[in-house]
Amino acid sequence: MTAAFRTTAAGRLKGAKPVKISFDGASYAALEGDTLASALLANGVHLMGRSFKYHRPRGVLSAGAEEPNALVGIHRDAARKTPNVRATVQEVYDGLTAVSQNRWPSLAFDVGAVNDIASPMFSAGFYYKTFMWPKAAWKSVYEPTIRASAGLGVAPDKPDPDHYASRYAHCDVLVLGGGAAGLSAALAAAETGARVIIADEQPAVGGALRFETGSTIDSAAGWDWAQATAVKLAAMDNVRVLTRTTAFGYYAQNMVGLVERVSDHLADPGHDLPRERLWQVRAKRVIIATGAIERHMVFDGNDKPGVMLASAGRTYLNHFGVLVGKNVGVFTASDSAYAAAIDLKQAGASIAAIVDLRDNPAGPLIDQARALGIEILSGRTLVRASGNLRVASMTVRATSGGPERTIPVDALLMSAGWTPSVHLFSQSRGKVAFDSATRRFLPGDYAQDCVSVGACSGTDTLADTVKDAVAAGEKAAKAAGLAKTVGTKVKAETSESWAGGMVGAAPGAGPDTTGKAFVDFQNDVTAKDIRLAVREGMRSIEHVKRFTTNGMATDQGKTSNIHGLAIAAEALGKEMPEVGLTTFRAPYTPVTFGSLVNHSKGRLFDPTRRTPFHAQEEKLGAVFEDVGQWKRAWYYPRAGEDMHAAVNRECATVRKAAGIFDASTLGKIEVVGPDAAKFMELMYTNPWEKLESGRCRYGIMLREDGFIYDDGVVGRLAADRFHVTTTTGGAARVMNHMEDYLQTEFPHLDVWLTSISEQWAVIAVQGPKSRDIIAPLVEGIDMSDGAMPHMSVREGKICGVPTRLFRMSFTGERGFEINVPADYAAAVWDAVWAQGQKHGACAYGTEAMHVLRAEKGYIIVGQDTDGTVTPQDAGLDWAVGKKKTDFVGIRGLKRPDLVAKGRKQLVGLRTKDPKVVLEEGAQIVADPKQPIPMKMLGHVTSSYWSENCGRSIALGVVTGGFERMGQTLYVPMPDKVIEVEVVGQVFFDEKGERLHG
Amino acid sequence: MLLIHCPYCDEDRPELEFRNAGEAHIARPENIAEISDEEFAQFFFIRTNPKGLIYERWRHIHGCARFFNAVRDSVSDKFLMTYKAGEKRPTVKAGEKA
Ligand SMILES: [Zn+2]
Repeated sequence: MTAAFRTTAAGRLKGAKPVKISFDGASYAALEGDTLASALLANGVHLMGRSFKYHRPRGVLSAGAEEPNALVGIHRDAARKTPNVRATVQEVYDGLTAVSQNRWPSLAFDVGAVNDIASPMFSAGFYYKTFMWPKAAWKSVYEPTIRASAGLGVAPDKPDPDHYASRYAHCDVLVLGGGAAGLSAALAAAETGARVIIADEQPAVGGALRFETGSTIDSAAGWDWAQATAVKLAAMDNVRVLTRTTAFGYYAQNMVGLVERVSDHLADPGHDLPRERLWQVRAKRVIIATGAIERHMVFDGNDKPGVMLASAGRTYLNHFGVLVGKNVGVFTASDSAYAAAIDLKQAGASIAAIVDLRDNPAGPLIDQARALGIEILSGRTLVRASGNLRVASMTVRATSGGPERTIPVDALLMSAGWTPSVHLFSQSRGKVAFDSATRRFLPGDYAQDCVSVGACSGTDTLADTVKDAVAAGEKAAKAAGLAKTVGTKVKAETSESWAGGMVGAAPGAGPDTTGKAFVDFQNDVTAKDIRLAVREGMRSIEHVKRFTTNGMATDQGKTSNIHGLAIAAEALGKEMPEVGLTTFRAPYTPVTFGSLVNHSKGRLFDPTRRTPFHAQEEKLGAVFEDVGQWKRAWYYPRAGEDMHAAVNRECATVRKAAGIFDASTLGKIEVVGPDAAKFMELMYTNPWEKLESGRCRYGIMLREDGFIYDDGVVGRLAADRFHVTTTTGGAARVMNHMEDYLQTEFPHLDVWLTSISEQWAVIAVQGPKSRDIIAPLVEGIDMSDGAMPHMSVREGKICGVPTRLFRMSFTGERGFEINVPADYAAAVWDAVWAQGQKHGACAYGTEAMHVLRAEKGYIIVGQDTDGTVTPQDAGLDWAVGKKKTDFVGIRGLKRPDLVAKGRKQLVGLRTKDPKVVLEEGAQIVADPKQPIPMKMLGHVTSSYWSENCGRSIALGVVTGGFERMGQTLYVPMPDKVIEVEVVGQVFFDEKGERLHG
Repeated sequence: MLLIHCPYCDEDRPELEFRNAGEAHIARPENIAEISDEEFAQFFFIRTNPKGLIYERWRHIHGCARFFNAVRDSVSDKFLMTYKAGEKRPTVKAGEKA
């Protein structure tokens, strides 16, 4: 069955496959090639949505990307529900399901429309003024209510099941827009041999040729020439033609973001196709050929369904074969609407009248309209469009006033002229310039290597457009380095011109009127709102815009900005450029999160790093924790154990027998060269020159301001070779810090730095049995206490592979860290594990490691320090070389605030009740009874249950902490106050005898 | 995304390969241990943060790993030139083409 408003008199969908679509549950006949908008209009459906604030019934305004009104939800399945889709760009497919938005209970009867009646209280700025008091009500009452009643579509509540593709591309010339200008420019550039990419947002190229049927290019109908040219371009090896592709963002140095909609127009996209493809194109030259957008007329009732842009009415007819009405009125200030009236008349519609603001319009189109018998009411204005869910009449009077005449219509086409699309030019940071003769903004100063051609640069005729475009294409190719010039020729003819028009409110919608003359349809901003903003004291368009929200909807004011500016300028008695034009920002049209996030989700969101022992740890039942990008074994629960029990057992086993720990994630840097020791002297607070080869030292690294930056054990392998370890989190930044100083401050030092973090895997074996476990596996190293004391390093072999064997301890027990090449690491772990079993050892994870080190008062940089802690504050003054004359941080340490009394210092905290474990981060006060806000003395940095101590232990930073030994302080918690005693940092084996035992 | 010319690799590479490292031409005083609080503050804390031409350090961290200097327009983000660490601060006029 053919839809009632589909005509055979015009359109390009003849013979297209019929499909069925549904809108709000009703089924409609459509043709392949339709947009949702054209399909609904073909069925006489104009009501497609409700407006944002007033819930006014709305139909389509446009036939393209600028559409502010006809936003719908497209539902494919439970997870694929896309809100806020413009019906004017959504292509139909068989089974397409669309639903209207922002209405309840139905589109035709919307309770929220009461807002329209109550609209005086919803005028501009009402959010700021009406709901000021009481303050508490804003969060609980006003905001939720406003958000529920003013809104767009509903976001899908399931994860996005689609996938998105991403491409980087480079080219000589990137052409944005595939209308007559873009195609001509692309052809001219391509024929020189330049690598060209041309992108157009529509399913097919052609731009305005889609509706401008009277034009011919190279002796063919404009539209046919466009399709043939696209075919020709696509066949060239040096050209890529992208349709359904929107240039949404113009970034620095000619980097342009494009989104290609790959499968949203398909009935069954299947699993292989991405939904969208993101293109990041870097072009030597960019040609902006984005055309112009027709402006609506600003008059009372200009938002009634059935009232639309003249070019939209023409597109629906000439491309889709749809008559938007059978008795159509026209309201215009330029010639463009005449062409629409003529096309509709010739297709069988009657034209009720053309209302023209101009007193004496003249030209071929006006003559033609008159010859067709169309009534032309010149020097008249349209004061009101009336109708409920669809426009039913227009009321006309002379521009100067006088009696009104009401004319019945079922559709109304309007044109206030054309606004050059300078969005991408503006995004490229080019400065627009106001052309006072035509009252429009055109590209002015360019900031990047690009050029605008055609309607977007203010060229009003097709012949000039293609001539300029060909020249621009050749010039861009030449600038991109192509020497050859072919002399591409394109010749265009048309009787139409896009010159003329008006900006601002039409006569009859002036300051003295009360009707709703919409400027911004999507945000429901009227001419009155903008005048109100000026009365309220807004002077710049930036203020007017924020006060009224004009141009701030998802359509970014494509149709409204210039009108809004003109009305504000008029109210202020200034010229438009004095009031300012807001900067256009990316994206040009809304972009899905999916295309931007692209592959970076789920497993690919961030790299996962696993140590060479990961499989071994998994086999042992490890629970892993995320430490940066690393997966680290956290604890190893055995049958029936919770985390607490497992950690207690691990901690006890280490001190009783031994524990095996994966320390591979520590950063490792090899510092090599004749000046290695000199460099170490500068990078760390400790002295290094006299450290013997084969010995280790705990080093502290500061920033220049004197605060602790990192720490770790450093082994000297040879006079000119240090094996430095860093914290897990500090590995990359410490390397960067060292390289920075070596390259820029100390380049005279003969030193090489090499990251060896991933080359050496590390098994820590800690506990009284550690030597017994390892010794049988080691060759060429005397591990006796005399030959290898605490804090020494030896090179030799373990299990037949090279090792750097450190005797060191982060537990306070006799301990070793076995460095082995990562490729052999798993086999060495297995051997060590087997040995460990003979001696009652267990594997322990990061949680036990934390507890064991805290029992010994060893700090963790980043947990017990926070970037404001000096070595003195941390009780590590002993590690600062007092005789040294230079190291990074030496001067910072002497700053007045760093040597002042009353600094926060790291101390131990013993709860009075040994069973109570403090919360890390909890605040510490001297008097818990003081009024709130209390004076904080510091906070808890580390806190654990210590099975080995039989009680809780904690570290914290406390103002003047070293002088408070034995004092009682308090930790206020929501439900109680915890008493603590300030003690030393070491809770276990205070004398440190076990290190050697 | 910016394209940055690494003066060591002598290639234009995407911004992703680089990391900014703050203002350039601020040398660590040789006698740093001796300087006054005011001198230290000047060296460590005070930065020019200009609108317009800024001399700054970059590191080609995911490339050759070298630190180098750049002159950039902080308004347009445009790089006017890059040069090797240790080279003299060049005189560049605002508005000069890169
Ligand atoms: Zn480089």
